[in-house]
Formats: sequence, C-alpha cells, structure tokens
Amino acid sequence: MKPFGYLRVSSVEEAVRAAGEHPGARFLAGGTNLVDLMKLGVEEPRTLIDVTRLPLDRIEELPDGGVRIGAMVRNSDLAASVPVRERYPVLSQSLLAGASGQLRNTATTGGNLLQRTRCLYFQDTSKPCNKRLPGTGCPAREGVHRDLAVLGHSQHCVATQPSDMAVALAALDATVHLHGPDGERSVPATDFHRLPDDHPEQDTVIRPGELLTAIQLPPVATGTRSRYRKARDRASYAFALVSVGAVLDVRDGVVRRAALAFGGLAHRPWRARAAEEVLQGAPATEDTFARAAEAELAAARPLRDNGFKVPLARNLAVGVLTDLAEIEDPADPGPSRPA
Amino acid sequence: MEPTNQPAAEQRSALVLHINGTPQRLTLDHRTTLLDVLREHLGLIGAKKGCDHGQCGACTVLVDGRRANSCLLLAVAQEERQITTVEGLAEGERLHPLQEAFLERDALQCGYCTPGQICSAVGMLREVADGFPSHVTPATADPTVPVELSTDEIRERMSGNLCRCGAYPRIVEAVEDVAAAGADGHPAGAAGRPGQGVA
Repeated sequence: MKPFGYLRVSSVEEAVRAAGEHPGARFLAGGTNLVDLMKLGVEEPRTLIDVTRLPLDRIEELPDGGVRIGAMVRNSDLAASVPVRERYPVLSQSLLAGASGQLRNTATTGGNLLQRTRCLYFQDTSKPCNKRLPGTGCPAREGVHRDLAVLGHSQHCVATQPSDMAVALAALDATVHLHGPDGERSVPATDFHRLPDDHPEQDTVIRPGELLTAIQLPPVATGTRSRYRKARDRASYAFALVSVGAVLDVRDGVVRRAALAFGGLAHRPWRARAAEEVLQGAPATEDTFARAAEAELAAARPLRDNGFKVPLARNLAVGVLTDLAEIEDPADPGPSRPA
Repeated sequence: MEPTNQPAAEQRSALVLHINGTPQRLTLDHRTTLLDVLREHLGLIGAKKGCDHGQCGACTVLVDGRRANSCLLLAVAQEERQITTVEGLAEGERLHPLQEAFLERDALQCGYCTPGQICSAVGMLREVADGFPSHVTPATADPTVPVELSTDEIRERMSGNLCRCGAYPRIVEAVEDVAAAGADGHPAGAAGRPGQGVA
C-alpha cells in the first residue's frame, strides 16, 4: 500500500472543499471495499478524506410517505429499519443477502452503491484491465468470466456491478443525491450506474469531487409487494450469480404495476423495462411472468462460460413474481422460501 | 538528502485508541490497520490475520459493541470508538459465557478462527437482541416481533466466520447454549426496538 494523508471532516461542504484541495483524494466511509482495493494496489489515493462523522447517518420518514436514507447509514441498520422492512422489503432483503454480519455493520449506504466490480482481472494488478487501466485490454472476454455480464457489455469490459442493494434501489425507482463543487444534484438510481461502452473506468455518473449524500425512496402504493431473490455459489456470504428485485401490484388477478431489476447480469443493475411492458395490464399468471422474463432476456449475449445465467435469471424472475402474486395474506408465508 | 523509506509527517498521525477500556496513545502510519495495531503494537494477538481481506472473519473484534473485520479498518479512523477484542471479554478470571460454551462444547480444533468466532457470536447475539433480521428470517416476519434464533439463523448470521477445521456443528451448539441461557448480558427473547437508534 502506498503512503497517504488522512483528514477528517465534519460537514458535507468541508468534505467537498477538501476533495477539491487534495488531488488524488478519496472519500473514506466504511472502507470495506476501498481499504481492500488499497491493499491490492488497485486504489492508490494520495489522501483519504474520512466522511464517517458527517451527519448523514439518519433514516428519515418523509411527509409524502417516502424515506430518505443518509449515505453514512450502515447496511445492517438500513436492513433492520422498521419502515424499510414494512414498506420496502426488497431493500432490506437485498442487503441481508449480501456480505456478512461484520461487513454489513461497517459498510455504508453510499459505499455500497459505489463498490467496484469483483472481476478477477480488475482486482489483479498483474493483469490488463480496461476498467483499472484504460486501453490495456480485457482478458476476461476470453478468460475467467463465469460470474460476468451477459447483458449490455462492450468489447472493452464485461464486468458486473456487485451490489445487491443497487438492484433493489433500481426496482424501487430510488433517487441518488449528490453534492459536488457545483452544488447539489439528484440522479435516478436507474441512471446512476453506467454501461461500460468505451469508458469502463467510469462505473457511475458521479463526477470528480462529488460526494454521495443520500438515497431517497418514493412512497409505495398500498397493496404493492416487493421481494429480492439471489442465486449464488454457496448459501451465504457470496456475490450474486444472478439476482432479482421485484415490485408488484396485482389487483383482481391483473398486474397494475410491476418493476423488475436484475443483478449479476450487467455493468449496472438491469432494470427490465421490456419485461415490465409485457407485465403491465396482463393477467398475473406464471405464463405472463415467463413471457415477460423472456422478452427481457432476448437481448442477452452470453460469453463462452456464462450462458447458464440466462435461464437462471428467467427462472428467478418467474419464481419471485409468482410468489409475490400468490401471497394474499401477509401472515401467510405461502409457497415462498426465504429469498 | 531526505530519507525515502520514511513516510512524510503527514502520512502519520498521533492518536488515541480505546482498546478494552484502556486509552492507548500511538503514532501510526496511516496505512496501519486496526488488526496490525492490536497484534504488532499492543501485543493483543487474539484477533488473527487469516485472509487480511475481510473474507474469513478471524480478525473479528467489536467496535462500539458491533462486530467488524479489524483487517479492513484503518486504525487512524477508529479514534473515539470503543474497541473490544477477545482479550477484553472475560471479567478477571471469569470467562465470558461464550468462551465457556466453546470450551464446554469443544467447539474448535486448531483454534485459529476461535477468537473471531467468539467475538462474532457476542456481536451476533447483541444484533438478535436489537431485532436485526437475517437472510433466513422469513420475508413475511413481523418486523416488530423478536427473531427466534433457530439453528438456521445461527448458521446464516455466523457465515462471515470461516473454520477450515470444520468445527461448525459444535460452534453452532455453543452459540445455541448461550442464546438459550440468555447469558449474553441480555435476557433471552427480550429485544430492543428493531432498528433502534437509526430511525
């Protein structure tokens, strides 16, 4: 690890100012990804600006029924929050499906959203990688890519976005609040992560010196249900091969509204707009759900060793939508298993 | 000529860490992790360096009562936090109930992961008492009702601690014993309000 300076800030304005004054600085929150990447030599900040003392550690219930989550709220606190569990189960479940108890206690909401891909080539500084060193190539295309993208990848990068939480936020139409040298701005969660195209080194649309300050969740309509389901190589503590976050409102057997997002398939949480078009106004049946998932996944371009993700994604989506549609009584677990 | 192998002054900080209730004055290179401070500077070698990447849990300690991987925490960022290591769990000669239970159940073989397992279990039981759900808590569970700590719950909640000897069955039994006795300092089944302190 290269030596670095360290400073602590107590306000958002001070943090943004410090970032402007220290070239090569990084914000340090929980550090569970950043410190690891520094050990690996992937990240070499000249200065760390510790933002963990900023007053961004609250979960606020908003007058409109929505919820605002400060960027410093710990993953475990967010997953345990009663308003989140009651109104946005998909978000709590996505957090609990990721990492370990220790990591969730340390990792923050903002850091979770900004975590980097776990592509092996990105994490290994002895290998070329267009995300780490633009222009050096992408060995993953021909190499080890079983965990990597089947949708939206480019010739330059086939990495996947690893956050489970980001998938839930995409399905929930959350908003990401940012504060930078030019002031505040907001970005829809679905537009926050990018596809790799010619610039895989840019995971998100965040600009240099901008600090992620909060995530805002819109109110949910009464009767809406949501759920997260994740397939991985072991039962706990592993990144997703494929995951699905679903929000569904069914009335009288007809889909009134559906929002679906996949994880583990692309460089960003994959909001399934084509599937949603099929679902909207259609009978809430397994057949509809299968047609919807297939409509979305028709665009998949699997690599040599990750074609299994396409039927896995289809089956996860059908399973989670079917469970959501069939549960009538919240007290009745119905046919579902723990996600 | 400036020495090149010494970090510049701004790459080190003088700080106070609170370890097992004792303030420790240290001057540290910013790169130093909490795990390295414990082991290399303070002689507290209970927390172990397994993977050094937050994947094995052998370095688990409690930070303000919550379990964390000390290998991923920069020491300079832990000022004002109360750090508890496995050495700080016993009260004098009286072992912590989880330490007793691990001995009673013979919940280890080589013992390398044990301090991390025990610290993790202490933190985990506190999380249960605080109403934290887990991945195996039913999706339809009432968020305001305390979690029942089944074997599946223990296994899921302890998944951040690997044991290469495979002592898992007895680790689960040891944790079950303490949970059933309510001996973690919190009466069994008496939960705080879930998500307390965050809403």
